Amino acid sequence: MDDHSLLFNAFIYLLAAVIAVPISKRLGFGAVLGYLLAGVVIGPWGFGLIAEAEDILHFAEFGVVLLLFAIGLELDPKRLWAMRRPILGLGGGQVVLTTGVLAGVGVLLGLAPAIALVAAMGLSLSSTAMALQLLNEKNLLPTPAGQSGFSVLLFQDIAVIPMLAVIPLLAIDNGATANGFDWVALLKAIGVIALIVILGRLLLRPVLRLIAATGLREVFTAFSLLLVIGTALLMAAVGMSMALGAFLAGVLLAESEYRHALESDIEPFKGLLLGLFFIAVGMSIDFGILLRDPIITAALALGLVAVKGVILFVLGRIYGLPSQQLPMFALVLSQGGEFAFVLFGVAQMTGVFAGEMTDTLIVTVALSMLTTPLLMVLNDRFITPRLDRGTAPPMDAMEDQGHAVIIAGFGRFGQIVGRLLHANGIDATVLEHDPNHIETLRRFHFKVFYGDAGRLDLLRAAGAEKARMLVVAIDDREGMLRLVELARENFPNLKVVTRAWDVPHVFELLEKGADVYERETFEGALRLGERVLKQLGFTAWRAKQAAHRFRAYDEQTLQELYQHYHEELDVRARMAADARERMREIMQADEDRLADRSDGDWQQAAPERPAAPQE
Amino acid sequence: MQSNPNIVVYFAHLAIEQSVINRRLRDVVCDLPNVDFRDLYERYPDFYIDTAAEQSALRRADLIVFQHPIYWYGAPAIFKHFQDTVLLRGFAYGPGGTALHGKDFLLVASTGAPVEEYGPDGVHRYAFEDLIRPIEQTARFCGMNFLAPLVLHGGHTLPADVIESHALEYRRRLEAYRPAGFR
Repeated sequence: MDDHSLLFNAFIYLLAAVIAVPISKRLGFGAVLGYLLAGVVIGPWGFGLIAEAEDILHFAEFGVVLLLFAIGLELDPKRLWAMRRPILGLGGGQVVLTTGVLAGVGVLLGLAPAIALVAAMGLSLSSTAMALQLLNEKNLLPTPAGQSGFSVLLFQDIAVIPMLAVIPLLAIDNGATANGFDWVALLKAIGVIALIVILGRLLLRPVLRLIAATGLREVFTAFSLLLVIGTALLMAAVGMSMALGAFLAGVLLAESEYRHALESDIEPFKGLLLGLFFIAVGMSIDFGILLRDPIITAALALGLVAVKGVILFVLGRIYGLPSQQLPMFALVLSQGGEFAFVLFGVAQMTGVFAGEMTDTLIVTVALSMLTTPLLMVLNDRFITPRLDRGTAPPMDAMEDQGHAVIIAGFGRFGQIVGRLLHANGIDATVLEHDPNHIETLRRFHFKVFYGDAGRLDLLRAAGAEKARMLVVAIDDREGMLRLVELARENFPNLKVVTRAWDVPHVFELLEKGADVYERETFEGALRLGERVLKQLGFTAWRAKQAAHRFRAYDEQTLQELYQHYHEELDVRARMAADARERMREIMQADEDRLADRSDGDWQQAAPERPAAPQE
Repeated sequence: MQSNPNIVVYFAHLAIEQSVINRRLRDVVCDLPNVDFRDLYERYPDFYIDTAAEQSALRRADLIVFQHPIYWYGAPAIFKHFQDTVLLRGFAYGPGGTALHGKDFLLVASTGAPVEEYGPDGVHRYAFEDLIRPIEQTARFCGMNFLAPLVLHGGHTLPADVIESHALEYRRRLEAYRPAGFR
């Protein structure tokens, strides 16, 4: 590939991503499906703009490596150890059961046992890149289901090692030549892992300190990448998963002070390469096979997803995952993954698979990856809402609470309001829609009710008819507007007190009929500004007065702007700019007037003072 | 042998950055080793006064100094708030309110008008010592000895050397201070 075509290819990839991903996100399908479809469109079966899908796939797998490194950074050894039970139990269970069932199906379909076993092993692995990206996108990684999903993926990454070691053994059964189980390779693998752990412990931090001390940001970035690539190559050299090596390096650095710096340096590379990886997967879907046997291929892909999904669902249930998260857990891991490509490649090389077999399986895996984002959307739209309703425990004893205040949303904002009220002997009825968050709050002895405050029946059950005030503190800009409107329409006597994002949100809330607003970051930022003034040498009093004055004028300006809310945008923009200019002058004049402490003028009588009587 | 007497200086000024007299007065005493200098507006710009902390500062002191400019015939507003929230019943007066008994109290004040304007012929009509009776009586009601105030009249009209010698006089008085019965 010469320079010109390299740039041309980069142009095509970026263009496809920039067009497809925003559209996909807009439609609610998430970024991953956008990348996959972009790949299909530019690939050999779409416009055919790029031919060498396989090369790109290999290159882009490095995105998965970076992803695992970043995840390793989040997990220090202590947390990893604490997760050993789900990793071994859930992960082990998933791999063994899925492999068993799929191998059985393979044999029933007439495959030789060895071939069926290798295929089943490859297919039992899920796509780490896909699943973690989806969990991350939806902010689900910290949930029990997210953690369990991660445990399973981690086990799979480790399981690749023995799988790769076993394939040559099976080749014998298949009549091909191989030299038995490679003990030397196993020893080498253990040696390399030990080497990475020891070097990581002893050397990494001092070296990082040295490099950080140069103060050259790009050198630090270069070293971050060098570290990941180096570890990956070392692992690859002894036939192990590069991603696992990177994960190991990440874990070793999880406790170091450079964690966040490394994370933010890797981030853009990781994002782009993962995107490229999904594009490459999209490109490598061989529509030739699909078109030749559309029914068989589709049946294989859907069958794979169904078998994996059901096994995950059952395991999740046994492990006591919250039932409203079970479908998500099962679906997010239901696809085949990138390790399947690797395993099948090895199987082909060692002669376990014939060419046709490999192609069919790879199409199956790629298709199954295409289903996951779609299934997740279906789950979000139809399954989860129904489960939430079914399992919601909101009605317990809420009818007779009769609190004067209802707080909707008990995150970092609503909690402060609630705690202040509680400290003053006022109990509020608290509604929160995140079941995991409620679990935590209950542990801290908060009485919180599960439920989406945007539902009229729930508000009614919370006592909105008798309450005096509704504090809207949910973490959802649009949802707040809907809630304010709903409360205004149905409970005219309820005072609606709202957390506002910013000035436009204040206006929107006022339009919907909110009675009281407070911009969520305003007081904190003002307070910090006051402290900056103090650090600059202002006396505490002067800084405090400056903040008071700023607040008063800012509020006045906000009210003035709101008077013109229905006018054209540029009229309002000009007004806001004018107000900002004026504020500086007015505040200065105010301060000068108030701070005039010159001792003059106390010796002169007021001119109109009547003369003293005795004179 | 007894250690140096403890002195607490309570201070308030609305714009110390523009002050000539009170800033100088502050600077000459605030670093004396036995002086606990407490700037009320600096400590409590929110007017949320830590009653317990201030009561124990008062308890530790042998001499309590109020240093401030005169605003409208009295101390700056935060001094009034300080009295209202710290000199509580059971601490400064009433049953068990003997915490300040026997301590010495010194007022260090400055005014804008020259001394002639205080008195029947001046624009302020009353003698300065009559105008500050509420401060004096507060100290006496709490059982403190009201020492002769140190007052500088005529603020901004004064030449620098007068201010300087007044400041040094203030410092000397604090350095020379010994409570009654102190050996």
